[in-house]
Amino acid sequence: MTAPAAAGLRTGRIVVVGASLAGLRAAEALRDEGFTGELTLIGEEPHEPYDRPPLSKAVLSGRLSCDHIVLPQVRNIDARWLLGTRATGLDVPGRRVELADGRSVAYDRLLIATGTRARPWPVQAGGRLDGVHVLRTREDAERLRGALLASPSRVLVIGAGFTGGEVASSCRELGLAVTVTQRSATPLASALGGVIGRATADWYREAGVDLRPHTTVRTLEGHPSGRLRRAVLSDGTTVDAEVAVVATGALANTEWLAGSGLAADHRGAVSDAGCRAMTADGRPVEDVFVAGDVARWPHPRYPGQLLRLDHWDNAVAQARTAAHNITHGPGEQLVHRPLPAFWSQQFGRYLKSIGVPALADQVVVTQGSLDRRQFVAAYGLQGRLVGAVAVDSPRVLEGYAALVESGAPFPPLLGASDGPDHLDPVDAAFPGRAAGSPPDHAVSAPAPTAHR
Amino acid sequence: MITQPPSPPLRLVVDLNRCQSYGQCVYAAPTVFRFHGEESLEYDYAPDAGVRREVARAAAACPVQAITLGGATEPAPTASGDDR
Ligand SMILES: Cc1cc2nc3c(=O)[nH]c(=O)nc-3n(C[C@H](O)[C@H](O)[C@H](O)COP(=O)(O)OP(=O)(O)OC[C@H]3O[C@@H](n4cnc5c(N)ncnc54)[C@H](O)[C@@H]3O)c2cc1C
Ligand code: SF4
Repeated sequence: MTAPAAAGLRTGRIVVVGASLAGLRAAEALRDEGFTGELTLIGEEPHEPYDRPPLSKAVLSGRLSCDHIVLPQVRNIDARWLLGTRATGLDVPGRRVELADGRSVAYDRLLIATGTRARPWPVQAGGRLDGVHVLRTREDAERLRGALLASPSRVLVIGAGFTGGEVASSCRELGLAVTVTQRSATPLASALGGVIGRATADWYREAGVDLRPHTTVRTLEGHPSGRLRRAVLSDGTTVDAEVAVVATGALANTEWLAGSGLAADHRGAVSDAGCRAMTADGRPVEDVFVAGDVARWPHPRYPGQLLRLDHWDNAVAQARTAAHNITHGPGEQLVHRPLPAFWSQQFGRYLKSIGVPALADQVVVTQGSLDRRQFVAAYGLQGRLVGAVAVDSPRVLEGYAALVESGAPFPPLLGASDGPDHLDPVDAAFPGRAAGSPPDHAVSAPAPTAHR
Repeated sequence: MITQPPSPPLRLVVDLNRCQSYGQCVYAAPTVFRFHGEESLEYDYAPDAGVRREVARAAAACPVQAITLGGATEPAPTASGDDR
């Protein structure tokens, strides 16, 4: 009745836990790969799959409502959908997923695609106050949008990573006063380093954001009514704000895997390079796979560490690889080795990245200029090109992608017409790293507090 | 299980990693696609079914094939797990 564990699976029962971008795309890919058996999608949220990137941008700014961010289904997946249903446990030997309502669903193959959630503000430091928000779901976005529409006198954004920057940008579009605190010297420092970070700090200031670098929030304080009143910062100053948005990184949704024997914690669920889940003692499990924001895996291009990418592109690509490997035998397995890529839109600018800039020791502007706010920066590690970032120049990145893929030298030889006469690489200025020293853990990038 | 209404709702998504801001979609279906700022594409994932032709034209015109069209997802939102 059950397919032999090592062979590919075209019939039987596949269960996908997490019915969002990775879960939906995996389900579609499973059917594309010829899976004709029973497919079940389990998702905690009550909604059909929707896209998260617009939540911090068009939705918060009011240009798009949450009914207009639903993802298309590109083929009929003929699945049983269990929405509004949380998985609470996993029995690996018994091949069953336990549900919050006490029931369980049996599988022959399982895909874990439960993503991450926003790291909450500590309760002792004011996390329960009315007016303190995070942003990960439709409900979060609607709640925050409602709070912004009530015209707060100031919004405090804690953390100038990608999400924090996008939220601050949307608040300024709405004409609201905004203060942003950031632990490092510049926004985006842990993702893009201090040199490019300094350029993005100018965007904040030009947009009228009160940016507080080198600053953390010590505690959030409220009125007796329980409403947020002000924040006390690490430098002893205070900021009066009725709304605070906590954008300090993400935690993997792996609690439901506790006791399953799988290697999983707040940093992610570990898989091998073929998306197969690993046990805590380091063995791959034949019938359990991992994809999307929740996954941590050994990317062949970045040896010696586990990579977790909170990127849209990775969720789609890893879902496809996992679906392929679920449905194919040992001789036909794929390795998940994408070139990382993501975009962000803030302060009217379009930022795109490929590779892993966070790995770099050096950076150089190869096209345009930081002052003109239209540029491409290339990132190098020990003489190799490892990534590139483009601001308002999306068309050129493909060329850099090919160079990173081929292990091209750094600084790259481009001959771009809008490049400087002579490339002058400088220390990329990643926080907590001495100039010239290679990163120790950079590819566990984005580090928990570094990114979305 | 999945019943298709006579004119299924329109759904689309743009792969913004792939999108190179050429703007062809903006010309083809201006009520669905627009630029926010110099290069940032914004769009409606679930436009009115009346603009189906324009959206199809936009998808075909995109030089990097970044636009994916599909139908509505029509899950049955139940909490009924089963015991087998
Ligand atoms: C505000 C915001 C802006 C973003 N902007 C960008 C951007 O500009 N560019 C970019 O590249 N990426 C962006 N991203 C990242 C992108 O949205 C994610 O990479 C993508 O959503 C990952 O998809 P996923 O399916 O792996 O995880 P998720 O989208 O997190 O989905 C996981 C799903 O699993 C469900 N789940 C969790 N636990 C359980 C459980 N126990 N049982 C059942 N279901 C469960 C969750 O409810 C959720 O629906 C952004 C993310 C956010 C939050
Ligand atoms: S036509 Fe394609 S590449 Fe051009 S803006 Fe539209 S989606 Fe982007």
